[in-house]
Amino acid sequence: MRRILVLVPTWLGISFFAFALASLAPGDPAELILARELDEPPTPAQLQAFRERFGLDDPFLVQYGRWVANAVTGDLGVSFRSGDPVFGELVSRLPATLQIAVPGFTVAVLLALLVGVVSAVRRNSLIDHGSRVGALLADSVPSFVLAYLLIIVFSVVLGLLPVAGRGGPEHLVLPVLTLALATTASLMRLTRSSLLEVLGERYVRTARAMGLPERWVILRHALRNALIPVVTFAALIFGGFVTGTVIVETVFAWPGVGKFVVDSIFDRDYAIIQGFVVFTGTVFVLINLAVDLLYVRLDPRIRLAVDAERGRGG
Amino acid sequence: MAVESSPEVGDHAATRRAWQAAPGRRASVLRGLLRDRIAVAGMLLVGLFTAAALLAPMLAPHDPNAVDATVRLASPSLQHPLGTDELGRDMLSRILFGGRWSLGIAAAATIAVMAIGIVVGSVAGYYGGALDTAIMRVVDVLLALPDLVLYLAIVGALGSGLRNVLIALIGVSWARYARIVRGLVLSLREREFVRASEALGARDRRLMLRHILPNVVPPVVVLASLQTGGLILGLAALGFFGLGVQPPTPEWGTMINQSRLFLQTAPALMVWPGLAISLTVLGFNLLGDGLRDVLDPRLEPDR
Repeated sequence: MRRILVLVPTWLGISFFAFALASLAPGDPAELILARELDEPPTPAQLQAFRERFGLDDPFLVQYGRWVANAVTGDLGVSFRSGDPVFGELVSRLPATLQIAVPGFTVAVLLALLVGVVSAVRRNSLIDHGSRVGALLADSVPSFVLAYLLIIVFSVVLGLLPVAGRGGPEHLVLPVLTLALATTASLMRLTRSSLLEVLGERYVRTARAMGLPERWVILRHALRNALIPVVTFAALIFGGFVTGTVIVETVFAWPGVGKFVVDSIFDRDYAIIQGFVVFTGTVFVLINLAVDLLYVRLDPRIRLAVDAERGRGG
Repeated sequence: MAVESSPEVGDHAATRRAWQAAPGRRASVLRGLLRDRIAVAGMLLVGLFTAAALLAPMLAPHDPNAVDATVRLASPSLQHPLGTDELGRDMLSRILFGGRWSLGIAAAATIAVMAIGIVVGSVAGYYGGALDTAIMRVVDVLLALPDLVLYLAIVGALGSGLRNVLIALIGVSWARYARIVRGLVLSLREREFVRASEALGARDRRLMLRHILPNVVPPVVVLASLQTGGLILGLAALGFFGLGVQPPTPEWGTMINQSRLFLQTAPALMVWPGLAISLTVLGFNLLGDGLRDVLDPRLEPDR
């Protein structure tokens, strides 16, 4: 419950940032919207009427209050360009984004677990060193450069896969691969270090001393505990996925939320940018909450402590 | 005992010790870095690209913006060691001059962000109270969203170009510094040498400048070396979207944006700036890891 209360001001701050930003933007939104609706520059009388209708002459904080009250109900205003609700515009593009983000996340996690566990168990092996170099490169090569390199190799030189666009499954390979490679590194290193730490614990030594097969010790005893921080961290790479999808969708002309937002920036459609910030912020706040709850459920030490406190507090 | 009765003497003694220790400590940091092969590789890469950017006017074989229609999209040759772009501009010259923009903007932003982070973080940590709460709320908001989303939102509202890119980079990145500095100041306040100085009647300003600041700077430098790579990546990403420094300026990210139309016919236009960004960022990441190991093993990057 306390966690929820802490997240409320953060969400309000995000929404305030989004709202204040649009008011910093050059140009008058009333003029922008009217010019689009009328197909000609609006007259002063029309502008005045429009301002009064939408309360654009009210004090800044009054306008923010009204906007945030609407935002809570999912009403993020209308797009300057299309005149349609911002929320609908964003949500209608979400399936395309999820189509690459979900497999991208899955591949990233599987890769991180597989390589992370092997690097920890076979410490200083070729795979361990390779994964360290790979992680370093993933931190240094921009994801759009990675994407272009993959296109050059697999599409231009080998001619195996399409360069861009949305279509059959072959269109998914490169975007998903880029997304997975760009986000897996930190998760992979965390899996490795977390497992290494657990392998030094006494219960692992005990399990080994009992003569259990090494594979059983690692999978049943060590990995289970090593994964606690990994699971929570997996949720926290959400930020990397937002950034990653925006870039990947731009490179591959993939018609998702990210590409739409970038296009909207060029169209000076602030309502969309505002909506995207609030949208991302809301998801982020919810994920943080979920991670906290998940952590409590996964780690018996925390769960017991919380239960004990509850029992004492009544 | 005389030392305790006279704050002046005590302070001077401490300051003198600090001064005497400083060069030795600096030398040992350098020795530590040189022992670390990874840090050396990082320093070499950063040094190489910085030198190339600084000496660009002397090293570049051509004017980076000189258009030559007779050699469009040329392959590497003695005349043009890295070939030419779609307007016949010399690629090597553009990469060299591009370093001035990419590294220069990142350096300017890093310095600004360090200064803001140290001042804001110190004020929050030292005075506490409502001011601290207010500052940390702002920091929470800035750290809650991915950097690139904030950059896009700011540049989206203000428009592209050098000034707004700087506003975006600085306006977002100071938060991480402020949070770390605040934590450092909070713990320093409780340390004995600060409490002692305070009990002896030292003023706030003196405490901050003499005792707190010198202990805050080293970890901030480590943080800066770890974060500069991220700033270069952020700048490059804005350039890639076409929202950064505008063409014909040879900023690396902007060059990649310009190369997109020629990806299939002339992939080299993308590869060279891509390589320049990657190697520079790699250099900073290696250097940052090395510095962290030598200076402050406790300071982990927050992601």
